[in-house]
Amino acid sequence: MLDYALRRLVMTFFVVVLIMTFLALLIQLVPGDPVRLVLGAKAPEELVQSVRHDMYLDKPVPAQVYYFFANALHGDLGVDFQSQRSVTSLIWTALPHTAILALASLALAGLLGVPLGVYAATHPGGWLDRVTAVATISLITMPAYVAGLLLLLVFSVHWSIMPATGTGNLSNPADYLKHLALPAIALAVTWIGYLARLVRTSMLEVLNERYIMAARSQGIRDRLVVYKYALRNAVIPTIAVVGVGLGTLLGGAIFVEVIFARAGLGMLIYNSIQTRNFPIVRGGVLVVALLFVAVNLLTDFVYHMVDPRIRVVS
Amino acid sequence: MSDPLLTVAGLEVVYHTDAGTLPALSDVCFEVREGQIVGVVGESGCGKSTLGAALLRLLSPNGEIVGGRVMFAGRDLASLSSGELRKVRGRGIATVFQDPLTSLNPTFTVGQQMIDAERAHGQGRESKDVLRRRAIDALTRVGIPDAARRIRNHPHEFSGGMRQRIMIAIALLHEPSLLIADEATSALDVTLEAQILKLLKEINASHGTAILLISHNLGVIAEVCERVVVMYAGRAVEEGDVYAIFDRPLHPYTRALLAAVPSPQHRGTTLAAIPGRVPSLLALPPGCKYADRCAHAVAVCFAREPASLARGGLRVRCFLYDDSLPAADKPRADWAKAPGRA
Repeated sequence: MLDYALRRLVMTFFVVVLIMTFLALLIQLVPGDPVRLVLGAKAPEELVQSVRHDMYLDKPVPAQVYYFFANALHGDLGVDFQSQRSVTSLIWTALPHTAILALASLALAGLLGVPLGVYAATHPGGWLDRVTAVATISLITMPAYVAGLLLLLVFSVHWSIMPATGTGNLSNPADYLKHLALPAIALAVTWIGYLARLVRTSMLEVLNERYIMAARSQGIRDRLVVYKYALRNAVIPTIAVVGVGLGTLLGGAIFVEVIFARAGLGMLIYNSIQTRNFPIVRGGVLVVALLFVAVNLLTDFVYHMVDPRIRVVS
Repeated sequence: MSDPLLTVAGLEVVYHTDAGTLPALSDVCFEVREGQIVGVVGESGCGKSTLGAALLRLLSPNGEIVGGRVMFAGRDLASLSSGELRKVRGRGIATVFQDPLTSLNPTFTVGQQMIDAERAHGQGRESKDVLRRRAIDALTRVGIPDAARRIRNHPHEFSGGMRQRIMIAIALLHEPSLLIADEATSALDVTLEAQILKLLKEINASHGTAILLISHNLGVIAEVCERVVVMYAGRAVEEGDVYAIFDRPLHPYTRALLAAVPSPQHRGTTLAAIPGRVPSLLALPPGCKYADRCAHAVAVCFAREPASLARGGLRVRCFLYDDSLPAADKPRADWAKAPGRA
C-alpha cells in the first residue's frame, strides 16, 4: 500500500508540473499584448511597463515559467489587476463556498441516488423501477443551468419561499443553508439520476454473482445480503465515476454560481475572464486543476481500501 | 423404515427467457435418507444444477418451480414462506457451490462472512469473540492451517482448494442434516478433488450429514455415493443403488455414459462417445428425450414419453422395461449395436 501510494504521488507530481507549465505559457497564447488588453490603448507607457515587469512579461519565456513556479510554491499567484489584492487571498475567500456547494450536491446525490438505484435493482420491472428509469434519464440529461433556472422560477419567483441570489453568511448557518439549497439541488440533479442508473446497473450485475446466491443459501437475511454483501461490491465502480465526476461537478459549479450570483471559485473565474483579469484566471484554473488531481488521488486510495483485490494486484 | 429426509416428487422447473419458456426439470422424483450420500449425474445442461438450486428455491429470477413437492423434514419447501425458507437455508440444508473462487464475497474477510453466516441462525446475542472462536474451530476442522490468523484474510488470499474448504466449513456451521454439493470439486485439480471428497465422506461418517452430490463425473459418484440419480434433458432417467447401476445399468443412456468413461483396461481402443447431442430445451422432441441418440429406439419411443418404472430395486424411464407394451411395439435390448460395453 505504501509503495503504491508513493508511486501514485510521484505520478501526481508530474501531472501538476505539466499543468503549471501549461498555465505559465497560457499568456503567450493571448493575441496581442495582454497588459494593453486590460489597461486599454490609452494607458500611459510607464504604467504598462511597470505592470509588465510585475508579471515578469519583460523576461524571456523560460524565466516566466520559472517565476510562476517559484512564486506559486510560496503561495503567491500574482495580484488582481483591478483591486491589487493578492490572487491567493481572493481564491481563499471564494474556495470554501465552492467546496461546500460541491460537497452538498455530492451528498444529496449519494443520499438520493444510491437508495433509488438499489431499490430499482431489487425490484426490476416494478412500477418504481420504471418510474425511476424515466425520471433518472430526464435528470441525467438536464444540465445544471436548466435545473437551476427551473428551480429559481418555481421556488424563488413563483412561490417566493427561497432566496433567488446571493450566498448568505457562514456566521448565520440557517441563512447560509437557505441560500445553499437551490444551487446544491440544481448541481445534484444530474448526479442523482446518474448515480441511480449506475448503482442499479452494477447492483443487478452483483446480485447475479455466485457469492450472493451462496450468502442466501446460508440463510443470511435478504436485507443484509442486499445492503451489505451486494452494495459494497456494487459501489466500487461507482466510486471511480464519482471521483472523476467531482471534476465535472466543479465545472458545473461555475454555471450554478453564475445563475444564483453565488460567491465561489466559478464566479471568480467567470468574472475575471470577462475583464481579462489574467492572473486570477490563471490562479483560479490552477486551484481547480489541483483540486481535480487531489480528488482523483483520494478516489484511488478509497478504491484501494474498499476493494481488497486491487491491493494485491498493484 | 422411517420417512426419508428429503423427498422430491414430480418437481417441474421452467426458465422464462426471451426465446421462450424452457422446461429445465420435468417430473423429477428421488429420495435422500438420513445419513445417505446420493449422487446426481448427467451431462452439462441436463438440469442437475437447476435441481440443486431449486430445492432451496435459489433459482435465478427467471427460474420458477411450476409443479411438484420438495418434502424436507416433513415440510414442503416449495410452498414455505420466504421467511420460513430462510430458516431452513444453511441450518437444515446447506449448499456448497461449484466454483469456490466466486462463492465468497471478495470485499469481506473470511471471518466477517463466517460470523454473518453464524448470526443468520443465531439464538439471541452472542459476542463476536464467541462467534469468531467457533468460526476458527470450523475452519480448523476442515483442515485450514493457522485458522486463527487466516480468518482475517480476504478470499483472494486463499487457493481454490482452501476456498472450497472454507465453503464447506461455512456450510457445516449449523450442522445441517443435508448438504448439497453442486459440482463442489469440479473446479479443482484431481489431488484436491480427492481431498475434498475424503473430507465430505468424513463429515458424512462423523456427523451423519446426508449429502446430495451433484457431479458430471461418474468416477466421483462411484467413489462416494450410495445411490445415484442419472439425469438427461431435465428428467431422472434412472435411479437406484450405485453398485447396481454401475454393474448392470438399465437405461441405454446410463450404459452409454458408463462406456464413455476412460479406463486403463481399454487402453489403446477408441473411447466410446454417445452419437448426436443433447436436445435443445427449446425444441424437445415429444417422445423419449434420448430416442434420437438411442440405438434401440422404435416408433413408440418417438411417440410418447416413457413413465418411470420400478425394476429390480432401480427406477428407470425406458420402454425397454415396459411390460405393458405389446411385444411387437416394444424396443428390443440388442446391446451389441448400442454404444457401451456389455
